[in-house]
Amino acid sequence: MTNRMFNWLRNPVHLIGIAALFLLSYTIIWPVMRIVSTTFFWRQQDTRLTGEANPGHFTLYHWERVLASDMSYSLFYKPIMHSLSVGFAVSALSMVMGCGLAWLVVRTNMPLKKTITFLAVIPYLLPSWILSQAWLTFFKNGKIGGTPGILQSLLHVSLPDYVSYGFVPIVITMSIHDSVFFFLLVGAALSSMNSQLEEAASVTGARRLTILRRIVFPLVMPSILSGFILIFTKAISSYGVPALLGAPVNFHMISTMLYSSMRSRLTTEANVLSLTLMLISMLTIYMNQRVIGRRRSFVTVTGKDSAKTLTPLGKWKHPVAVVTVVVMILTALVPLLILLLQSFMLKEGDYSLSNLTMHYWSGGSDPNINTGEKGVLRNPIFKLALRNSLYIAGVAAVLAAVIGLILGYVVTRSKQSWLGRAVDQVSFLPYLMPGISLAAIYISMFAKPTLFIPALYGTITLLIVITVVKELPFTVKAGSASMMQIGRELEEAAQIGGASWFTRFRRILLPLNRKSLVSAFLLVFISAMKEMELIILLVTPRTETLTTLTFYYAEKGYEQLTNVILMMIIAIVIVVYIVAVRFGKADLTQGIGGQ
Amino acid sequence: MGATAIELRDIQVSLDRKPILQDINLTIERGDFMTFLGPSGCGKTTLLRTIAGLQKVEEGTIAISGKEVANGATDFHLEPSKRRLSLVFQSYALWPHMTVYDNVAFGLQVRKMPKPDIRKSVYAALDKMRIPELADRYPSELSGGQQQRVAIARAIVTEPDILLLDEPLSNLDAKLRVEMRAELKRIHQELNTTIIYVTHDQHEAMTLSTKVAVFFGGRIVQLDRPRELYKHPRTLQVAQFIGNTGLHMNAVDGRMIGDSSSGYRLQTPLAVVPLEHASSVHVGREVVMTVRPEDIKLLVNRIPGSTAATVEAIFPSGADTHIQLQAGGASMMARVMGEPDCEPGNLLFMHVDTEQINLYDKQTGVRIEHRHTRQQDERAKENDHNENRLSYSR
Repeated sequence: MTNRMFNWLRNPVHLIGIAALFLLSYTIIWPVMRIVSTTFFWRQQDTRLTGEANPGHFTLYHWERVLASDMSYSLFYKPIMHSLSVGFAVSALSMVMGCGLAWLVVRTNMPLKKTITFLAVIPYLLPSWILSQAWLTFFKNGKIGGTPGILQSLLHVSLPDYVSYGFVPIVITMSIHDSVFFFLLVGAALSSMNSQLEEAASVTGARRLTILRRIVFPLVMPSILSGFILIFTKAISSYGVPALLGAPVNFHMISTMLYSSMRSRLTTEANVLSLTLMLISMLTIYMNQRVIGRRRSFVTVTGKDSAKTLTPLGKWKHPVAVVTVVVMILTALVPLLILLLQSFMLKEGDYSLSNLTMHYWSGGSDPNINTGEKGVLRNPIFKLALRNSLYIAGVAAVLAAVIGLILGYVVTRSKQSWLGRAVDQVSFLPYLMPGISLAAIYISMFAKPTLFIPALYGTITLLIVITVVKELPFTVKAGSASMMQIGRELEEAAQIGGASWFTRFRRILLPLNRKSLVSAFLLVFISAMKEMELIILLVTPRTETLTTLTFYYAEKGYEQLTNVILMMIIAIVIVVYIVAVRFGKADLTQGIGGQ
Repeated sequence: MGATAIELRDIQVSLDRKPILQDINLTIERGDFMTFLGPSGCGKTTLLRTIAGLQKVEEGTIAISGKEVANGATDFHLEPSKRRLSLVFQSYALWPHMTVYDNVAFGLQVRKMPKPDIRKSVYAALDKMRIPELADRYPSELSGGQQQRVAIARAIVTEPDILLLDEPLSNLDAKLRVEMRAELKRIHQELNTTIIYVTHDQHEAMTLSTKVAVFFGGRIVQLDRPRELYKHPRTLQVAQFIGNTGLHMNAVDGRMIGDSSSGYRLQTPLAVVPLEHASSVHVGREVVMTVRPEDIKLLVNRIPGSTAATVEAIFPSGADTHIQLQAGGASMMARVMGEPDCEPGNLLFMHVDTEQINLYDKQTGVRIEHRHTRQQDERAKENDHNENRLSYSR
C-alpha cells in the first residue's frame, strides 16, 4: 500500500497537483471557512457593544445586526439595492455598447477598424475610476465645495446632484470602462464563427434579421453571458468608482460600506457584508451555468478560420465609422488629455496660459498649496509607491503566469482524475470572491504568524500573494487552454527520449507555451498596476502603491497630484503593453474572459 | 537471433476504471515485425503504450530481453527511457519549436552525449531516412511524408532494441502510404530490430508483418502469420474485419444436415459441402460459410456443383474486376482477372472452391474444422471445364 502511494506520488503531475491543492486550500478555502466561522461567534470586543456577549460562544448576533436591526437599512439593504441596480445597469449598458461595437468591427465593412480597435482597448489599460475622476473634472457641482467642474465654470449653471454624483455617473463611467470586455469577448466569438454558418442559413432563404436572431445570436450567447457575469461581479464589488462618485452624496454600495465598516473596526459586520457579496457573485455564476449549460458552451470555439463575408453597411458606412471614432475619442482620449492638462494647472478651473505650471510634477514644498505636499517627482512617497507598484506588479505577474501554467498543466494532464478536477475548481474560487472581500479575509488571516508563515500584514509579500491568488482563475484557465493545444504525445516523446520532468518542462512545454505565458504576464501586470479594490484594505504607509496614493490624494482633494500619478500609471501600463505585444507576441484578449 | 524480445504475461490494463486490456499473453521474438491489428478502441494502442511504459499495467508482467520491466503485483514500472525502445507516435509528435536536427538530437542531448558524436549519430539517422537536407527546417515546413521520416529518424537515432510504431501511416495519402510501406520494410531489414506496429488497416498488416495479433474488445483473438490469418480467420468477427476493406468477404448462412450412413454435409444456397469432422450432434446447427471473392469461379454453362447467379453490378479496378451477383437470395462478390465479358442482368454459373471456404458456428462465431473428402474428384472436374470459363476480352 505504501509502495503504491509512493509510486503514485512519483508521478510529477500527482506530486505537483497535491502540492498545489495544499497551497490553494490554505490561500483560498481555509480563509473562507475562517471568515464564515467568525461571523457566528462572539468576540472579546463585542462585550463593549452588548452585555449578552459571551466571547468564544456561538451567536447569530452579527447576522441579526446586519440583516435585522435598526441599522440594517443603511448598513445593508440600501447598499445592496444600490449594488444590484448598479450591477445590472452597468452590465446591460456595456453589453449594448460592447456587442454593437464588436459586430461593427468584426462583421461589417466599416472603415477605420484598426483605429477603432486600438481606441477600444485604451479604457481597459486604465484604472476603472480614472473616468470617474475625469467625470468630476467635467461635471462636478458646487455641493461638496472645491472648484466646480469645467461645465459649470463655462455655463455658470449649477448642475443637479444626479448628474454630478451617484447612480447615473457611476453607471456611465463603469460602463464605458467595462464595455471593452464585451467588445473583446464577443468580438473573439464572432470572429471565430465560421461565416459559412450564416451563408448556409441565407441559402435556405432566411432574412438578415432572422439569421442574426437564429444563428449568430445563439452562437455568441455563451460569450455574451459570461461577459455579463464578469461585468456584473466586477461592478458590484468595485470600490474606486462609488467611493469617488457615490460617497460624497451618501450613495453607498456594499463595497464602500464594507470598507468603512472595516475602517471603523466593525470587522465582523464587514465580514458579513463580504460574505453576502460573495454569495451574490456565486449565485450569478451558478445561474449562468444553468442557463448556458455545459453542452453548448463550447460551440463558438469550433470552426476554422475561413474567409469572412462582411455585411455591407451601404451608404451608412462612413457616417457610422465617423460617429464611432468620435464617441471613442470622447470616452477614451479626451478624459486622459483633460487630466493631463489639469496636472499642469496651478489653480483648477483657470484656463489661462499663465496658470500653467510644473509645480505638481517637480515643484518643491509650498505651504499654500495642498498643505505643503511636494511635486510628485520630488516626493519620497511617490518614489516609494512607484517602487512598490512595479515590484508588486512585476513579481506577481511572473508568479501568477508561471503558477497558472503549472496548474493548467496539472488540470489538463489529469482531467479525468479527482485531482485535476479539484485543482481546476478550487483555482476558480477566487473568481467568486470580490477583491475587497478577499482582502478583508486576508487581513485577519495573516495578522498573526501561523505555522511557519510569519505575520504578513503590512508587508509587500501579502500584496503579492493576494494579487496572485485573485488572478489565479484567469491564469489557470489561460494555462490549461494553452496546454490543451499541446498534445500529450509531445511530452511523451521526450519522456521516451529519457528527459526528466524538469527537462521536459523547460525544453518542451515552456517554449511551446511562451505566447500564452507572456499574455498571462501582461494581463496580470496591467491589472496589478491599476488594482485598487483588492489592496486598498491591506495597504499600510510602508506598502503604499501608486493606485492607493492616487486615491489618497483624490480623497484629500489634491486634484493635480492625483492626475500626475494617474498619468504615470498609464504611461507604465502602455509601455509594458507595447513591449509585450511587440516582443512577446502577447494576445490580450486571451485570458480576459476567464472562462 | 531467435531469442525472445518481449514477453507479456497476463496483462490487464484499465483506463479510468474501464478495463481496456485483459489476459494478454504474447511472446515476440527478436527481429519480428509484429503487427497489432484491430478496429479502433480495441486496445491495441493501449498495449503499445503499456509496452513503452507510458501506461501502467494493473496485473501481469512485461519482460524485455528477459529482464522484467513492469510488474502489476509489485507496482513496479521501469521508466520508458530505460527500456531501450523508441516510439513513433501517430501524430509524429515532432516538437514544433525545434529544427529537424534538434528534434532528432534531443534524446542524445538528454543523455549528455558529446556534441561531435551527437552530430554523427543524427546525420547517420537522417541519412538512413534519406532526408539529411532537411536538418535545418522546422516541422511546420515539412510535408506529411517528410515529417514521418523525421519521426522515424528520431526514433532510431538512439539505436533502440525495439521500435514501436503507432499507426504511422494513417495520416498520409494513398501514394505516400505505399512509399512509406516500402521504406518501413527496408528499415526493418537494415536495422534488424524488433518492430511492433499498430494499425487498423488489414492490408498494411498483411504486407508488412511477419506476425499479426488481431485484437477485439481488449483481447487477442488470433495470433498468426499473415498468410494463415488471411486463409483461416479464427472467428467470424475476425473474418469480417479482415474482409471489410478492399478485401471483400462473402458470408452465406447454412445448416448442417445428413446422417451417419450418408455422411454429414453443410447445406447452403450456393453449395453442399461434405464435412468430415461432424457427427449427429451437429445436425441442424446454424453455420456461416465465408468465401473470398477470388475463390468463386464464374462459368457460362452449368456444371455439377455450380449455382445460377445474376450479375448485379460490375466494378472494374484495373488488373481485376469485382462482380456483384445475386444467387439464391444471397448477394455475392466474385473477383476475376481482367475485364470479363458480361453485363448486369446476365445469367452466369458460379462455382465455389470448397477447399478455400471457412465455416463458423453462427451462435459462437468460432471456426469449425472441416475437410471435404472428394478433393481429387474436384480437381479433375475443374480441368474438364476449363473451356467453360467466362471468357475475357483483353
